[in-house]
Amino acid sequence: MSALPYTRFELLRTVRNRRFFILSLVFPVVLYFLVAGPQRSNRDLLGSGISAPLYYMVGLVAFGTMSAMLSSGARIATERAAGWTRQLRISPLSPRAYFRAKVLTAYLMALLSMVVMYVCGATLGVHLPAGEWLKMTALIVIGLAPFAALGILLGHLLTPESIGPALGGGVALLAFVGGTWFPLTTHNFLYSIAQFIPSYWLVQASHVALGGRAWDLKGWLVIAAWTVVLTALARRAYRRDTGRL
Amino acid sequence: MPGRELLACPGTHLETPAAIEARSLSKRYGSIEAVRGIDLEVTTGETVALLGPNGAGKSTTIDMILGLSEPDDGAVSVFGDTPAAAIGGGLVGAMLQSGALIRDLSVRELIAMVASLYPQPLGVDDTIALTGLEEAASQRTQKLSGGQTQRVRFAVALVSNPRLLILDEPTVAMDVEGRRSFWETMRELASRGKTILFATHYLEEADAYADRAVLMAGGRVVADGPPTRIKAMVGVRTIRATLPVAEVAELTRLPGVTAAERHGQAIVLSCSDSDSAIRALLERFPEASDIEIAAAGLEEAFLELTAAQSSLGAALPRSLRAGAQPS
Repeated sequence: MSALPYTRFELLRTVRNRRFFILSLVFPVVLYFLVAGPQRSNRDLLGSGISAPLYYMVGLVAFGTMSAMLSSGARIATERAAGWTRQLRISPLSPRAYFRAKVLTAYLMALLSMVVMYVCGATLGVHLPAGEWLKMTALIVIGLAPFAALGILLGHLLTPESIGPALGGGVALLAFVGGTWFPLTTHNFLYSIAQFIPSYWLVQASHVALGGRAWDLKGWLVIAAWTVVLTALARRAYRRDTGRL
Repeated sequence: MPGRELLACPGTHLETPAAIEARSLSKRYGSIEAVRGIDLEVTTGETVALLGPNGAGKSTTIDMILGLSEPDDGAVSVFGDTPAAAIGGGLVGAMLQSGALIRDLSVRELIAMVASLYPQPLGVDDTIALTGLEEAASQRTQKLSGGQTQRVRFAVALVSNPRLLILDEPTVAMDVEGRRSFWETMRELASRGKTILFATHYLEEADAYADRAVLMAGGRVVADGPPTRIKAMVGVRTIRATLPVAEVAELTRLPGVTAAERHGQAIVLSCSDSDSAIRALLERFPEASDIEIAAAGLEEAFLELTAAQSSLGAALPRSLRAGAQPS
């Protein structure tokens, strides 16, 4: 069966959910203007070579898109609690199509969050050539792959009560370690951990503005490794999770 | 009603395999043996009630038929194929026990969403009309009453236009009116040749709507036959009386009595025919006092049957089964 009509309804449900709007759209925008607003004329944020409006724009894109990707976990947890996942299992919707719908919905929500932040960035004077906008967006889209799997994994492990705090805390921590709030240089104690965390590489996408490659080989490997591991775990969690709640 | 012709099954083949065929199906959860080797065959077009108290293994059996859980032992086929294949082909619609609905969609949207997953669904409007949801159609699912929610869950099972419809305690949260119109729809579906298996712990529902009732208790099938026969079997009454002198063995031999127990000064008789039993009791023991006759609850009746089965071996259900399905 084609999963497209199903995905359409998934999207409809998601955009009608108030929690999604607050966490993935409103919250990053408010934080952005609070943090980057006062520093809008700073052309070189803490020696990173990147202007404050651009750095924080990408930092908060990382925050908002991670929230958007992981919010699929919250939807899955509530669907499981309602017995809906079992209802889907006794329909012809294949597991593959189910995952495709979840991932596609999460990505479209992440893109929406991204576009909103780009517009905010532009109002604070972020200016990049079209090619760099595209390159940056492509890197972020790729860097979000592990979070698509993580959302599905958490959704099949946690209850609707526990997933809210887990996602809220998790995104805040990942954003902090990833460098959303300040650039992580090799001198920073967080750097040695951060370079193995996918959120760091999301924030690093802003380095396209410096020319050259924003990600080195390590970046690609970290993203690929997390994606493979989390996808395998998510698949396992889905398979085991057939019982009544 | 619009769209009824859509419900008809395309062509009936004489050689079609059984809608459900389960052989020595077993499932255990930890130390609990939920289902202990049951055999169940449901032929195409039949309406079968899976009757039993809570914990009898009905839902576990249904889960295995639907492929939601793997049997530890035995096998089940649906239309001659694996449950997964039958479900993949959209042949089965089911209303599971104790489910809720996902939120942020209208009733119509939710039904359309489910319809989009099936190869030959019913029309969304036809389904809404069949389940009496016209007034609730544009409401969000989280704003529905308990009875409306059950109807939507029924609609979700129905919109797939399945050949086999499986319903696990479908009327539990319904009001009287909801129940009545629900069973009316079920009758209509049965007359269109749908195969229906429903689990219930209401004897009356099995009696009124099923061609056949399969009685489960303690993870086993304890009886399988026409609902009237099952009704007679579980229509147990108990007589309680104060009677200090009588021997239990003697009481058990009274006509119409299936079992007797003594609790101090009091006796309790389980009766298949309480009228004969009370006459015989008073004739034999005129001093019996404080007499109460009560209809046993279904739970008690089920326990009685399970006990009878374990003491008689499997003789009871087998004889019933032979009587129920002359070949």
